[in-house]
Amino acid sequence: MLNLHLENVSLGYNKRRVLHDISLEASPGEMLGIIGPNGSGKSTLIRGMTRLIYPSAGQIFLDGRNVADISRSELARMMAVVPQNPSLPELFTAFEVVLMGRTPHLKLFRYETKNDLLIVTKAMEVTKTLDFAERRISELSGGERQRLTIARALAQEPTILLLDEPTAHLDIKYQIETLDLARKLCLEQNLIVVTALHDLNLAAQYCDKLIMLSNGEIHCYGTPDAVISSQNIREVYGAEVYVYPHPLNHLPATLVAPARNEHKANH
Amino acid sequence: MALELLKDTTLPTAAAAYPKKWHSRAYAIAGLAALLVIVILATSAIGSTEIALGTLFNIFWAKLPFIHINPTWPITAETIILHIRLPRILLAGLAGAALAVAGTTYQGLFRNPLADPYLIGVSQGAALGAVIGFLLPVSWQAGSVPLLAFAGAIIAVGIVYSIAKVGKTLPMTTLILAGVALGAFLSAITYYLMIISGDKLHGIISWLLGAFSLTNWWQVMIVTPYILLGATVIWLYARPLNIMQLDEDQAQQLGINVERVKLILLAAATLITAAAVCFCGIIGFVGIIIPHAVRLIWGPDHRFLLPLATLSGAISLILADTAARTLLSPTEIPVGIITAFLGAPFFLYLLRQKKRAIF
Repeated sequence: MLNLHLENVSLGYNKRRVLHDISLEASPGEMLGIIGPNGSGKSTLIRGMTRLIYPSAGQIFLDGRNVADISRSELARMMAVVPQNPSLPELFTAFEVVLMGRTPHLKLFRYETKNDLLIVTKAMEVTKTLDFAERRISELSGGERQRLTIARALAQEPTILLLDEPTAHLDIKYQIETLDLARKLCLEQNLIVVTALHDLNLAAQYCDKLIMLSNGEIHCYGTPDAVISSQNIREVYGAEVYVYPHPLNHLPATLVAPARNEHKANH
Repeated sequence: MALELLKDTTLPTAAAAYPKKWHSRAYAIAGLAALLVIVILATSAIGSTEIALGTLFNIFWAKLPFIHINPTWPITAETIILHIRLPRILLAGLAGAALAVAGTTYQGLFRNPLADPYLIGVSQGAALGAVIGFLLPVSWQAGSVPLLAFAGAIIAVGIVYSIAKVGKTLPMTTLILAGVALGAFLSAITYYLMIISGDKLHGIISWLLGAFSLTNWWQVMIVTPYILLGATVIWLYARPLNIMQLDEDQAQQLGINVERVKLILLAAATLITAAAVCFCGIIGFVGIIIPHAVRLIWGPDHRFLLPLATLSGAISLILADTAARTLLSPTEIPVGIITAFLGAPFFLYLLRQKKRAIF
């Protein structure tokens, strides 16, 4: 069974170390959330997992194999990434961009076959992007582009799906739809889903396990119940919040507790 | 492959639209190829010596194997067509094709609509080499201008590349900046040499603006393999070049070896640009306008964009050079003046037609 395993990994850019001594494990059917304040290294961790940057210490294993020994195109067949704010070429159509997800499955000089077109169509159906398949990227909204990159990742037919703040540009309807979809794929296709998330409530609701990063190190790692607590959030984010069990499922829900609250209530 | 897909009725609508597009573009390639042949034939009939179309065809027919026609035309007509006009037309076509392909490649690699084949030092290196060639003592001059122009172009880009390279990676912004800076440095030397060049200045300026007036067959023979090789390599990398339109991170995450693709495409595009300019000079505008015009008409997919740009570049420069040698005949206009003077209004017209995003 394929699994993702990080062993004492340190990551950084040039000499500057961003993440230090990260160890974690994720198995198929499991959704792992990475949370932490701005600049805590969420995106860097995702970049490291996809080998855009190499660990300065420690190792990343996929299915027991060291990622450093896997060729780029084989890695792209196992692992797909939905980047935060991806730049997409304005003149290409939505369909063409999703078709780019088939790249790691195609030999360098080959054209796409019927099978590729069908996989792309399916990926666009699942992400509800088929309606604008023939539109150009320049005519799409931020949310449509976001779903399109998810479709492209699905077209790679990966076993690991990495999402870097997939809900950042979406309104609440699509935030829910996107994470519902990620969760569904995770369970139905037995994928490993690793997602960096800003929103603590979404993280608690959707992820099986959470990693809370603070200053480049793992502050705590465990189930949402263990990680999302007002104490942890105070320590890591320096913010006062009120955490209580969600009325529907008792998962931790975070409420902001602004200092001005009493003052406002008087009016 | 695509033909089966076109006939496949089981494909869902969105997927079926895609092979259809391949087909219309494939027809465009065939159409432009036919147009290129017509343009080559037609322009070889045009010039200061009128040659009837019938004579023209007979001259070409007679050259084909197994066909024997008794020559009824003056031998001068045959000389003019086969030894003066045809090599010139072919060299113009090759140069146009090379500049258009290199321009498309640079625009794709840099993801920048302002990129052209001269962006990172090819032209300034070639110009300096050529000017040095012009200034050499007469006894050294045989063939020195194209040779030094070619060497200058390759060396300049080589220097820019080695300056911009950081470890194993090549940041494209650094590459552009290094190219612009080195280009300015080389131009400074070139201009100084031009000022002290005395009566050779006219020849130098003509070369810098581009001219095919002294073309002969051996030039065509020398340039052809370089351009053929470079263009073939670029065509083969059309799909990776499409993926590079995302950005380097995404291309890598889709399994593309980005640094290798950049290196191969830069080397190939530089080689064909150097080969294109070494005999005929720094012809401007073709390398930036043709890629945009083709993209505006047929879309951004490099698998079609590159061959379409190749053919359009060849046709355009042949037509421009025909205008250069005939408009003010017997005086030759530098072809670079024609490409800008006629090409710019055409491109502005295209821009006005299409109000949507162009890159």
